[in-house]
Amino acid sequence: MTVTDRSAATSATAIEMTGVNKWFGAFHALRDIDLRVRRGERIVICGPSGSGKSTLIRCINALENHQSGRIVVDGIVMSHDHQRIDEIRRDVGMVFQQFNLFPHLTILENCTLAPAWVRKMPRAEAEALAMRFLERVKIPEQANKYPGQLSGGQQQRVAIARALCMSPRIMLFDEPTSSLDPEMVKEVLDVMVSLAEEGMTMVVVTHEMGFARQVADRVIFMDEGQIIEENAPEAFFTNPRHERTKLFLSHILR
Amino acid sequence: MAGEDATFLRPAPIPPRAPPRGVRGPIPWLRRNLFSSPANTVTTILVLLFLAWTIPPLIRWAFIDAAWTGEDRSVCLDGGACWAFIGAKINLILYGQYPPAERWRVVVVAVLFIAGVVPLAIPKVPGKRWNVVYLLIAFPVIAFMLLTGIGVGLRHVPTDRWGGLFVTLVTAVFGIVISLPLGILLALGRRSRLPVVRWLSAGFIELWRGVPLVAVLFMASVMLPIFLPPGVTFDKLLRAMLCIAIFYSAYMAEVVRGGLQAIPKGQYEGSMALGLSFLQRMRLVIMPQALTVVIPGIVNTFIALFKDTSLIMVIGLFDLLGMLKSATNDSDWASPSVPATAYVFAGLIFWIFCFGLSRYSIFIERRLERGRQRR
Ligand SMILES: Nc1ncnc2c1ncn2[C@@H]1O[C@H](COP(=O)(O)OP(=O)(O)OP(=O)(O)O)[C@@H](O)[C@H]1O
Ligand SMILES: [Mg+2]
Repeated sequence: MTVTDRSAATSATAIEMTGVNKWFGAFHALRDIDLRVRRGERIVICGPSGSGKSTLIRCINALENHQSGRIVVDGIVMSHDHQRIDEIRRDVGMVFQQFNLFPHLTILENCTLAPAWVRKMPRAEAEALAMRFLERVKIPEQANKYPGQLSGGQQQRVAIARALCMSPRIMLFDEPTSSLDPEMVKEVLDVMVSLAEEGMTMVVVTHEMGFARQVADRVIFMDEGQIIEENAPEAFFTNPRHERTKLFLSHILR
Repeated sequence: MAGEDATFLRPAPIPPRAPPRGVRGPIPWLRRNLFSSPANTVTTILVLLFLAWTIPPLIRWAFIDAAWTGEDRSVCLDGGACWAFIGAKINLILYGQYPPAERWRVVVVAVLFIAGVVPLAIPKVPGKRWNVVYLLIAFPVIAFMLLTGIGVGLRHVPTDRWGGLFVTLVTAVFGIVISLPLGILLALGRRSRLPVVRWLSAGFIELWRGVPLVAVLFMASVMLPIFLPPGVTFDKLLRAMLCIAIFYSAYMAEVVRGGLQAIPKGQYEGSMALGLSFLQRMRLVIMPQALTVVIPGIVNTFIALFKDTSLIMVIGLFDLLGMLKSATNDSDWASPSVPATAYVFAGLIFWIFCFGLSRYSIFIERRLERGRQRR
């Protein structure tokens, strides 16, 4: 892919999935997924447990391989080629439910690792960058501690800062607040909201409906590996059309 | 409260208090740890009786009745340890048949080795990278040239004249240095996604693990020459060293694999999502954690390797133990206490090295522990 057609493709579309299918053994986990995410768009994905939400966003940065269909991320066509995949991963940041910080490295080292080794950034520059993002997520004072010494909410904010240090053009979040105590959920959501306000392209798997209403451009409801319904947040919550969406919302909006 | 009345309201906050003072001093300690219950008291008394029964004769043998100096067997006939024998044979024990005029070369190599290892072992000393380069590249070349005399215009000393503690250390260091990286590669291979790599690694590991080391050494000594073209020789010591290194890399692979299995999947995914390449993921994220988890297992394997170097005796090489054993055949020193002294001495030397390794690994573990608190 040359530089020119890549920039042309990225001008409007950040992620494009066409006819994507994925099986775990015989189990059909993603079925004919079509999804287009425009640059700067914020997508929230929700749905019952086991519906394929994680599988879907993990296909976007090739943590899972899809078996058929086409995925284009940031103008790069996904293939099995390692170099292609690494190229995509450098442009796509991901935040996990379990934080996945590296426990043997300090907070600062967690953040400088990828810029230093993947982007070959000089150490001082990488550290300055990391401190800037740690300030953004409001924990610069924890820079020299180890992940195990931080609260869950702080760890998740570090995970966001770590991803941002790679200057990603797209951010994926897989239930970033689901393993946090209630009082820590807000501090993480605040960071995500401010990120959204700056125009970051975001795909967020979450059941935080307040967040969806506040920042999402579109809400996608999944069940049994399929996209069931897709709508603007207000319409999605007040006027769900599909039976399964209604049932799901009646469970979580009690 | 709860039993009588289900409601409760704290009337006033409870201020924090200091913890109760523990009972300190030697007598309470003894009472708490050695005589806390009838069973504990009986055990303590039995152990004390056992020590009283074994320790004094041992001290009498090793120190009081021992012969410290002397020229031949005549000083070693009254039953105590014959340390005079060790003194008389010390050069043989240290260097084997290495020509006396050339022994300085062994000493120089030992000094060069210590000069590389000590700064590496002390965490505070900077420049670890150059230290490793020196130890893994420069030192082996220098050591090889000095010890054999090849390429530096010194007298050639073939390896069949090498022996004693010198050969024990050469074999052990070689085995340790080869077995860890090779073990890591095999462990990664055994977990590879490519079936061929996986099968080859597993086959290699199981092959070496399934055969006794003595059998491997015998095979290398008698069978390898059959396969090599006539005229081609393969140094016997090098063969033995390779056998030990490869044999233990199979064990090391399983230790490392245990460490890899202890690393949560999220660590792989977290590092993948950042765009790190496979080698970067392994080197920067996975291995530092996996190896830390299995430090006790790694050191355990090193210690086993160190002690098993004495098995090279079976193919006619003389390590520390082999040298001591052959020295006891000297008719000038024919005395019942000489073999006992020789084996106790060999055991003591092995024990000092292995205990040192063990203490060092505990030091490193503590250090790593201090750095990061567990979740
Ligand atoms: N590695 C795997 N091997 C086999 N089956 C898998 C694997 N990963 C996921 N699945 C199955 O695929 C389906 C979708 O899983 P996925 O994790 O995407 O669900 P989810 O919507 O994220 O659910 P949750 O809300 O519980 O996280 C589930 O039925 C799950 O059991
Ligand atoms: Mg999930």
